[in-house]
Amino acid sequence: MRTYLTFLYRCFRLSFVGDWRYYTWMFVLTAVSLLGLNAYCKQFVHGLVTTGMTDQVSWGLYIANFTFLVGMAAAAVMLVIPAYIYRNRELHHLVIFGELFAVSAIVMAMLFVTVDLGRPERFLHLLRRFNFPASMLTWDIIVLNGYLLLNLHICGYLIYCAYRGRRPGKLFYIPFVFVAMVWAITIHTVTAFLYSGLGSRPFWNSAVVAPRFLASAFSAGPAFLILTLQVLRRFTAYEVADRALMTLRGIVTVALAINMFLLGSEAFTEFYTDAAHGASAKYLFLGLHGRSALVPWIWVSIAMNLVAMTILFMPLSRRLALLNAACVLLIVGIWIEKGMGMIIPAFVPTPLGEIVEYTPTLNESLVSLGIWAFGLLLYTIMVRITVPVLAGRLRENGTAPAEEGVAHA
Amino acid sequence: MTVRIYEGSGEPAGGGSMSRRSFLRTGTAAAGGITALAAALSPLRELTSDDIPSVESFVQKHYKEMTPKDMEAALARIRARVEKRCGVRPEIRDIRPLDGVEFVYALNLSRCIGCRKCVHACVAENNQSRSPEIQYIRVIEMPRGTLDVEQGNHHYDRPKVPDEGHFYLPVQCHQCANPPCVRVCPVEATWQEPDGITVIDYDWCIGCRYCEAACPYWARRFNFTQPRIPAGQINPNMSYLSNRPRGKGVMEKCHYCLHRTRTGRMPACLEVCPTGSRKFGNVLDPESEVSYILRTKRVFVLKEEAGTLPRFFYYFDERYPRGLDPEAIEIERRLRAEEGDAYGALPGADGPAPQRVAAARWDGGSVA
Repeated sequence: MRTYLTFLYRCFRLSFVGDWRYYTWMFVLTAVSLLGLNAYCKQFVHGLVTTGMTDQVSWGLYIANFTFLVGMAAAAVMLVIPAYIYRNRELHHLVIFGELFAVSAIVMAMLFVTVDLGRPERFLHLLRRFNFPASMLTWDIIVLNGYLLLNLHICGYLIYCAYRGRRPGKLFYIPFVFVAMVWAITIHTVTAFLYSGLGSRPFWNSAVVAPRFLASAFSAGPAFLILTLQVLRRFTAYEVADRALMTLRGIVTVALAINMFLLGSEAFTEFYTDAAHGASAKYLFLGLHGRSALVPWIWVSIAMNLVAMTILFMPLSRRLALLNAACVLLIVGIWIEKGMGMIIPAFVPTPLGEIVEYTPTLNESLVSLGIWAFGLLLYTIMVRITVPVLAGRLRENGTAPAEEGVAHA
Repeated sequence: MTVRIYEGSGEPAGGGSMSRRSFLRTGTAAAGGITALAAALSPLRELTSDDIPSVESFVQKHYKEMTPKDMEAALARIRARVEKRCGVRPEIRDIRPLDGVEFVYALNLSRCIGCRKCVHACVAENNQSRSPEIQYIRVIEMPRGTLDVEQGNHHYDRPKVPDEGHFYLPVQCHQCANPPCVRVCPVEATWQEPDGITVIDYDWCIGCRYCEAACPYWARRFNFTQPRIPAGQINPNMSYLSNRPRGKGVMEKCHYCLHRTRTGRMPACLEVCPTGSRKFGNVLDPESEVSYILRTKRVFVLKEEAGTLPRFFYYFDERYPRGLDPEAIEIERRLRAEEGDAYGALPGADGPAPQRVAAARWDGGSVA
């Protein structure tokens, strides 16, 4: 116990040590987090009137980000499957960074749901009356918390073992890795069912929502990891093989292609039948009765995804600069597609046929930015601690062989 | 080139002893951080005592778990709060459903003229926020020949209603027998009462708005900010599950004026209706007006395909009960003469389907 507390204390100290780039990055993230906290305090005082949401469009930027982030968290499994099932050696020691990212993505997703609540101080009511199994939201609460605990356990155990200089006992983490693998699929499936289970919203009430969520997540998530791993190897001594990045590139490419295919299938069904329930899709892609706030967004998103897919399919994208460009394009493209393109149009028109458009307010955007900054802050700190521990530079008995500070540059 | 910087042991430079400079630096950074945090939290100073729940209300139980004593205490708290906030001492009770009662609404679309008197009577009765105004009833101006609400106009504004060529479709909570809003609520803050009314415990709702997304009739409303009701406009006749003033961040909706209807009165929207379009009553009583309407009128529900089994029925009035309308009798006589045995045959047999006659009548003949 004492050793563990010392470990936590040293981790805490470690997160304050770095060079000027580290401090700048952390300072910016902290500042943006605090801006978000400030905006949230305003929302807490005045209510959700500080957002752009209305009774007509009753979910907005928060739930859009929540959905996107659940996907990002689930995507960690795309490192785990090749590493543990196909025994891909390059990916094996990188799995932990995927799982740490899953932890921060889940924390962000939960924060996004929390800030969306009208009465956050009543969240304990969930423990006193829990509408399980009827409400899909209760399923989501279970799978998200379960996934968070699983990943915290796996990462925490591996890191602590490295710190103690012990070999991790397989029994204590391998079963959890496999459970987490299946669990990752369930978190995004349940989140999709949250929407597709609503008969009142024809735009969501489609069997393809869950597969589409998974496909888009499995392309945006690994794309994010491709970028992160390069940052990692640029700024730390950690080895990341190019081949690992190329494995991820393959996953991103296939998942993106499937995602585009499913999007096309959805669009075909909505438009070819031309039935009345296609109004939301019409609003999204073409505009409805002269209202077309989302039209530019969705076409920009589709264009970004198509460009990214074209780049990825060309052998040229083995060059990292091009690969990175494609990754950035598709992450942004999928973020738009899932937020602006998936959550908001389901509310337009309302079930009574009224068309009210939604634009996020500045306050709402600041809260969202704050949560993103906080999540990245968390991820940076976790990676900051993990790298020296795994590299054996932070051990239980005494300090590391050498103080590797800025001097090493 | 690889830049390696992030490595370190976690111990401050120079082993255990802290230099004066690093102490000052750490101190300044910590002070700066605390100041920034305080600045970020500063909007919380605007919270009033009204926003911060007392310990008793914080631990208040779910409606269904409250003992009579708990309920008395809760009602006393609400009384005090309303008196402090609105300057009126309310008559607030917990009014329970009656045995052998299932409430049903029926609305005569042939008579409704779209005057929206029901909308405003509802707001006055049920203590909804006036700024921003929350309304439970939405009246849609519909072109004749369709029931597709997407073709309707929610914001019609005419010097005089009704407009020729339109009919008016008022929509409020349909008190479904299979309510999707109840199913999705994560904390069971909303449920169906034995008399068929779906209610909300405003003190239990966490404000996630999942029910609002699930409702196919757009019947639920959210308090995006602290509801405001001018002094003097409060209706002091209240009950726990219906029209007591709500707080910020919770859902609300039509509850068939249960504080009135459970004590033998009619809903406010019905009382104010100048045309008598609105009919309300106990469907389990065969002598009630709604039972008569369900038996004799061609009633229908909105969005039947949603499978929600509404307790809110619409009908177009036919002046005479089925079989007694002289015009229909005349049409039937003529068709029998023309078609002989083929008249009234089931689908698949030759001859016109009898429901075509009805269809041509109730929409004013614009669609045959």
